[in-house]
Amino acid sequence: MNEHAQATGYNFAYLDEQTKRMIRRAILKGIAIPGYQVPFASREMPMPYGWGTGGVQVTAAILGPDDVLKVIDQGSDDTTNAVSIRKFFARTAGVATTTKTVEATVIQTRHRVPETALRSDQVLVYQVPIPEPLRYLEPRETETRKLHALGEYGLMHVKLYEDIARHGHVATTYAYPVEVAGRYVMDPSPVPKFDNPKIDDCEALQLFGAGREKRIYAVPPHTKVRSLDFEDHPFRVQTFKDPCALCAAEGVYLDEVVLDDRGGRMFVCSDTDYCEERREAGHRGHLAGDDPLSPVGRGRVAEGDRVREEHKSDSASPSPRPSPHRGEGEEALP
Amino acid sequence: MQPLIKLNGVSKAFTLHLRGGMKLDVVDDVGFEVMPGECVVLGGPSGSGKSSLLKIVYGNYRCDHGSVLVRDGDDYVDVATAEPRRMIALRRDVMGYVSQFLRVIPRVSTIDVVASAGRDSGLSPEVAQARAGELLSRLNVPERLWDLPPATFSGGEQQRVNIARGFIADLPVLLLDEPTASLDATNRAVVVELIEARKKAGTAIIGIFHDEDVRDRVASRVVDVTRFAAKAA
Amino acid sequence: MTSPLLTARGLAKNYGPRAACADVSLDLYEGEVLAIVGESGSGKSTLLGLLATETSPDAGEVHYRFRDDEVRDLLTLGEAERRLLMRTDWGFIRQDATQGLRMPVSAGGNVGERLMAVGARHYGNIRATAEDWLARVEIDPGRIDDSPKTFSGGMRQRLQIARNLVTQPRLVFMDEPTSGLDVSVQARLLDLIRTLVAELGLAVVIVTHDLAVARLLSHRMMVMKGGRVIETGLTDQVLDDPREPYTQLLVSSVLAA
Repeated sequence: MNEHAQATGYNFAYLDEQTKRMIRRAILKGIAIPGYQVPFASREMPMPYGWGTGGVQVTAAILGPDDVLKVIDQGSDDTTNAVSIRKFFARTAGVATTTKTVEATVIQTRHRVPETALRSDQVLVYQVPIPEPLRYLEPRETETRKLHALGEYGLMHVKLYEDIARHGHVATTYAYPVEVAGRYVMDPSPVPKFDNPKIDDCEALQLFGAGREKRIYAVPPHTKVRSLDFEDHPFRVQTFKDPCALCAAEGVYLDEVVLDDRGGRMFVCSDTDYCEERREAGHRGHLAGDDPLSPVGRGRVAEGDRVREEHKSDSASPSPRPSPHRGEGEEALP
Repeated sequence: MQPLIKLNGVSKAFTLHLRGGMKLDVVDDVGFEVMPGECVVLGGPSGSGKSSLLKIVYGNYRCDHGSVLVRDGDDYVDVATAEPRRMIALRRDVMGYVSQFLRVIPRVSTIDVVASAGRDSGLSPEVAQARAGELLSRLNVPERLWDLPPATFSGGEQQRVNIARGFIADLPVLLLDEPTASLDATNRAVVVELIEARKKAGTAIIGIFHDEDVRDRVASRVVDVTRFAAKAA
Repeated sequence: MTSPLLTARGLAKNYGPRAACADVSLDLYEGEVLAIVGESGSGKSTLLGLLATETSPDAGEVHYRFRDDEVRDLLTLGEAERRLLMRTDWGFIRQDATQGLRMPVSAGGNVGERLMAVGARHYGNIRATAEDWLARVEIDPGRIDDSPKTFSGGMRQRLQIARNLVTQPRLVFMDEPTSGLDVSVQARLLDLIRTLVAELGLAVVIVTHDLAVARLLSHRMMVMKGGRVIETGLTDQVLDDPREPYTQLLVSSVLAA
C-alpha cells in the first residue's frame, strides 16, 4: 500500500492484489501465446461495460507508481471516456498522466493506435468490445474455440469473400482480422484498418482486454501481424485526399470535423496529440491560423462538433463501430 | 470353345411371408449351357418360370440352390454367390438384359437414356452417342423425339428405346425377356436382325419370345422350361 | 482388386437400454452407391452418423483408405485430421439444408468455403469455381451473391451438393436428401445426384425411407430394422426378390417402387 491508497481508501490502482495477480497471469499466458484469447475472471468495475472495463483491468494490473499514463479514445485525449479513465487512475494509483505519446509509459486506447511510433519501454492497452473474430459466421463459442485450436480459419476468408462479393472490395474498415505470429487469428479491436500495419512488428508490448467477454490477449514486441486478404484483393489501408487541415500531416488517419451549420467541414488528424506536436513544431495546414493556439488551432474548440456517432451514443449504448469516415480516398498498400 | 453361360442344378422358390409363409416353387434342378454365338430360347407356357429363370441368370432373383456361371474373360463368376460388387461389374462388362419395360429415369432425354447405357459399358461418349442415334433410327423412333424424355412415349416406343439401350454395348452375354412383345412386324424384323448380328459377333443369348415366328428365326435351340418344373412334394 | 474405401466392423451404439445400432459391418468401394433403408427408428441415421464419425460407437471399428492409399482407423484419428477429412475427401448432404448450409452467407460463399478452408486465397479463382459448380447443379450463376434464404427447397439441396462436391470428395454421405420436396423437384434432384455420382465416380452412403430413391440411385442396399441389418444385396434383387418377412412387407407397402 502506498500513501495514495491510504489517502483514498482504495488499493493501488483500485483492484486488490490477488485480482491483479490473476490478471497478470492471464497477460503472461497471452504473451506466451501471441493472439490467443486467454479467459480471465473479469471483475465488476466502477463503470459500465463498453466503457473500457477490460482495458482498465489490464492497465490496473500492469501499472506501477512510476508509470506515466495516457488514455486515448478515438485518438483524442479529451473525450469523456478518456478523461474519466485518466482521472480514475490518477485518483486510485496516484500515477502521473499525460496526453503526450512520447512521455507515456502505459497508453490505454480505444479505437486508435497513436501515429507516433511506439518504443520498447511503452505498453499499449486496447479496450476490446468483441474479442472473437469468428463470431460473425460462427456464433457457437464451443465451435470457435475448436476452430482456433485447430487453426481452421477458412471462415475468416469467407467473411472477406462476402465483403468483396457485396461491395466489390473488402469493406471491413475496422476490427480487420489479423493473423498473429503465423498462428492465431485475432480481432485487433475496432481500430481502423489504417492502424493494422502499426500493430505489426511493433516495438511496444500490446495488450488487449475485453471486460464483458472476459478475455485477454497480447501481441509481444516485434511480432509478425499480418492482415488477412486475397491474392487478387491484397490488404490496403485508407488514404486521404488532402493533408490535415491544421498541421498538414500526410499519411495519417483523419477525422471529419463540422465547422458550422452551413456545411463547412475540415479533415484533421484523429490523433490530437500528434497534431499538436506538429503545429508546435511549426507545421501549418490550410485552415490553421498563424498562432498555433488560435481557436481552430488548438483543435479542441471543435471537439464538441466532432461527428462521431459512438461518442454521442456512448452514454446510452456504446457502439464498437466508428462511423464511416467520409473523405477517405483510394486505398493504398500499407 | 468354352460356354459363356453354365447353369447347374439351379432351384428357386419364393416364400411369401405375408401369406403365412406360403412357398411358391419356380424351377428345380435347371441345367444347360450357352456357347458363344448361340441363342437359347426358353420355351414353355406362361407361368412355367421362363422369366424368373432369366432373372436368376441376371442376378435379379436370388438362386436358392445350384450355380449360375457366367464367363468374364477367363474366369467364371457364379451369379448365385457373387458379391454385389462383382455382380455390378459383371452387368457392366459382360451381361446385358432387355425387358419389355423401360424403367424411365426422370428428365433424361431419349438419346441420352440409350447413350448412357453404352457409356456405362465402356464406349466413348462420341461412339455411344453415334450408336444411340443409329439404333433409334433403325428402330424407327422419330428423331424429333430423341431429345425428349421417354416418359410420355407410347408402350411400343418405350420398348424400342429399351431395345436400343440393350443392344448398344457389345456385351458377350445378352438376356432378352420378350423384347418383341408389343412391336409391329417391321420393328420385330429389325430386332431379329439385331439378334442375328449379335449371334454372328459371338454373343451368347438367352431369350424368351412369345412370337413363334421370331422364335423360329433366332433360336439356335429351344430349352423347354417345363422339364424343370418343381417335382410335386 | 483394390481394397475397400470404407470398412465398418461390428458397429454398435446404444441409447440407454435401446440398441440404436447393433453389430453392423460393411465394405464400400469407390464408385459404389449403398442405400440404407428402413423405417424411422430403424437405426439407419444412427448408422450413418457412426460411419461418418459424427457419433462415436460403443463397439466396432471404421477404417478408411486415404488418398495416399493408407488405410487408417478413423476412431483413432485426431480431431484435426478427422475434420480435414470431412471437408476435403468427404461430403455430407443433410435432409435439412439449413443444417448443411451457412444460411447468412451467399451462395458463392457457401460453395467457396471448403476451398478457402483448404487454403484457396485467390478471390477470382474461388468465385469462378463457385460459378462453375452452381451451373453444374443447375443454379443460375447470376444468383451467386444471393443468400440461400431466398432459395427454394430444391435449390438449397442443390447448393448443398455444390458446396460438398467442390473439393472433389471421394465419399459422400446423404441423409434423406430428397424428402420433404415436391415430387417434381425430387425427380430433378435425384437425376442430378445420379448424374454427378456417375460422372465423378463417387462412393455414396445414402439413408432413405423411400425405396424408389434407393432403386434409382443405389447399386446395393441394406435393410435395417431395430438397429440391425436384416437383409443386404443388389438393389434390384432386394426390391424384386425380398427374402425377409420385414423386407417383403416394406416392398409391398409402397406403390410401384
